[in-house]
Amino acid sequence: MRKFQGRVITPGEVSAEAVVTREGFNTLASLQMALQFGDKEVKCGDQNNKELHGKPLINKALCLPQTIGSTTGGLVLYCACAMEKNPACMLFANHIDSLAAAGAVLADVWVDNASMPVVDSLGDEFLNYVKDGMKITVKANGVVEVE
Amino acid sequence: MVLTKEQSSILNGEQGEALAKVMKTLVMYGEAFEAEKLVPITSKYNHLVTSFGLKVMSPVYDLMQQLLDAGVCSGQKFSVDPRPLDKNVPANPLQRLVFNKFMYTKQGFYEEQLKKLGLMNENAFSCTCYMDEMGNKPKKGEVLSWAESSAVVYANSVLGARCNRNSGIIDIMGSIVGYVPYFGLLTDEGRRADWVIKIKTTKKPEAQLLGSAIGMKVMEDVPYIIGLDKWLGNELTPSTCAYLKDFGAATASNGAVGLYHIASLTPEAVELGESLINKDAKEYIIDDYELERVKNSYPVIWKNPNAKPKLCFVGCPHLSLEQLKEWTIRIESELEKNQRKRVVIPTVFTAAPSVLEAFEKTRYAKRLKDTGAITSYICPLMYMNNPLCKKMPVITSSNKLRTYTSARYYTDEEILKAITGGKN
Repeated sequence: MRKFQGRVITPGEVSAEAVVTREGFNTLASLQMALQFGDKEVKCGDQNNKELHGKPLINKALCLPQTIGSTTGGLVLYCACAMEKNPACMLFANHIDSLAAAGAVLADVWVDNASMPVVDSLGDEFLNYVKDGMKITVKANGVVEVE
Repeated sequence: MVLTKEQSSILNGEQGEALAKVMKTLVMYGEAFEAEKLVPITSKYNHLVTSFGLKVMSPVYDLMQQLLDAGVCSGQKFSVDPRPLDKNVPANPLQRLVFNKFMYTKQGFYEEQLKKLGLMNENAFSCTCYMDEMGNKPKKGEVLSWAESSAVVYANSVLGARCNRNSGIIDIMGSIVGYVPYFGLLTDEGRRADWVIKIKTTKKPEAQLLGSAIGMKVMEDVPYIIGLDKWLGNELTPSTCAYLKDFGAATASNGAVGLYHIASLTPEAVELGESLINKDAKEYIIDDYELERVKNSYPVIWKNPNAKPKLCFVGCPHLSLEQLKEWTIRIESELEKNQRKRVVIPTVFTAAPSVLEAFEKTRYAKRLKDTGAITSYICPLMYMNNPLCKKMPVITSSNKLRTYTSARYYTDEEILKAITGGKN
């Protein structure tokens, strides 16, 4: 098991299975079809992301460098949280980007009982180490355990 | 974050709970970027990204209703992204049923909300709000609370305004309180370049392809591009601005670029030159081979990769008046060469409502119509955002549309040949 210390963007504690992308996560391209057409597993719809395309995202620990793409990204993430179709947590190797930060904050402030801990600045080593299927535990202080 | 007395009073709920939640959102958003203060928005108008009344986006409309019920509205009038539907755009009965009865059932309701919140006018629906005909063109140095990735990158890079890549909802929250967090592209430091891009192509690079290559390489960093002025010149002419619009949209959708500098062309590069480049900036060289490599890397997700295209979209982001005229001339000329009168693939050119109005007043409008091409104000992305379109072979010269849908990307030249029945 390895521990990584990150920065808490929105707090919470959770354990979940990792899904990992080393490319930018395009929030709109990944989630739009799944949310719109009721895919219960919320499979990633981004054809350009070879690591994630077709993989279920709901209740997973999404490990990523940052999000990219349309500025609807934040509100798509907010809607995913409001509809309870969000990843269990989002773990950023880099500093969080403005769209993901917006989504995380909107969910935290405007969704009752929202639960999607977001931690950033976990470092390149985090993304080098974590693999699909590993068990992730997020602590309230921003420590992320990977085993 | 240090707040003024007025900002603190809003945060403390002295002006109501809804406004306090708006302020809390902006403060938390800013704190994620270590912003030390909120600064006033100085542009005349705002621009919002959310234009569509998608049933699935109900949480967004519920939030907007909370604001309206609390008597909160935008301090600025605003434009918004394109409408999703237009009966002039070809669609089969099943598609129309899905659009009208399943997907966009909230369109009318949401447009009413937008009017109450501060929509500029009935025609203020376009991703290219900065076109002269649209009337939402910020000045250099103005601070914005815009969203829409292609508009933000254009406002920052070509107009020299200052705006972060705000998300939908955050955009309107800024103009509700009149402030945005001071970080990133609002600061001088955040506008410095982390990448030097050297263009070494043997011909003018395709705007949407070049933007895609740069976006995928630099992600959200700021690129300083050297060698493009050789192909674009040193003046921001209408045709150069149209090129930069398409280029920027691809950098922002294939990556997360919010600002680029082009040596000897864009305002800050002209003013500050290579002093904008950070000392440890990385380098990326783009030649013909690299552009070809990037183009060949795009996945083709059509069920039958050799299917005959059933529809073509040009204009994501929306076309300028100049581009509509250029396309008219090019299609006419190519049809004549191919001894045809009309396009062989249903083709839709999209532009802002007010740009289309201006186009209709020119002699080109009838000429384009005579080729069989269609003009529309819609967002092609919203049109294609459903499983029915996934089965439909659609072609486009928009790298943004390619990124988000099953549309297949071709260069402008390849599109021209395809729609006029020429050989590629």
